Amino acid sequence: MSVRVQAAAFSSSELLESLQRRDATAGAALGFVGLVRDFNQSGQVTALVLEHYPGMTEKVLAQIEQEARERWPLLAVEIVHRFGCLAPSEPIVFVGVSSAHRDAAFQSAAYIMDQLKTRAPFWKKELDGDDGRWVEARAEDQQAAERWDR
Amino acid sequence: MLDIHYFGSCRERLDLGHERLAWQPELDSVERVRQHLVARGGVWVALQQANLLCACNQEVCSFQQAVHDGDEIAFFPPITGG
Repeated sequence: MSVRVQAAAFSSSELLESLQRRDATAGAALGFVGLVRDFNQSGQVTALVLEHYPGMTEKVLAQIEQEARERWPLLAVEIVHRFGCLAPSEPIVFVGVSSAHRDAAFQSAAYIMDQLKTRAPFWKKELDGDDGRWVEARAEDQQAAERWDR
Repeated sequence: MLDIHYFGSCRERLDLGHERLAWQPELDSVERVRQHLVARGGVWVALQQANLLCACNQEVCSFQQAVHDGDEIAFFPPITGG
């Protein structure tokens, strides 16, 4: 299990390098990085504040990792999610997976992100200078999470 | 006692992140706890917003979820992580 929820910035290249080295039987390693956009549905974004539910967040992420491991033959899994104040282009989330073959890596990373978006208790507030607006949940994210039930 | 947490826009509207509430036998479901809080009036109507979600002991649950002394309850808007 490797789940981290932290305020500190992370290097996605270092996380992926470390994941690649972890298991010699891996034939595929894949890293997804979610970034802060400088423009969203409602306008300019100068900073993003991420709030979370300490304790529950780690539990949900560990549970999502476990579900992914039950669905695909994964070797290493690394989930890192930040909270606090982030600037545009900064990484918010890293999901890294390794497996013997690429299909499990591609699918499981998509599964983990789809589930994380709708189940991990984070709330985003976009700032534009002194103005702030809470990000609304998107129906597309819910549909993306539900496609795995079919 | 009940530990009650508020997150996101809900926390902001209430200007409160956490409180402890003395448990009473009539607070036997998350819905009853919500009604008890809404009865405070003023900003507390925020807990009646249609898309409000809740968790009991750090698991998302329905408002019909039974509540016991010592439970941790949270109220929050839909999740927007990642």
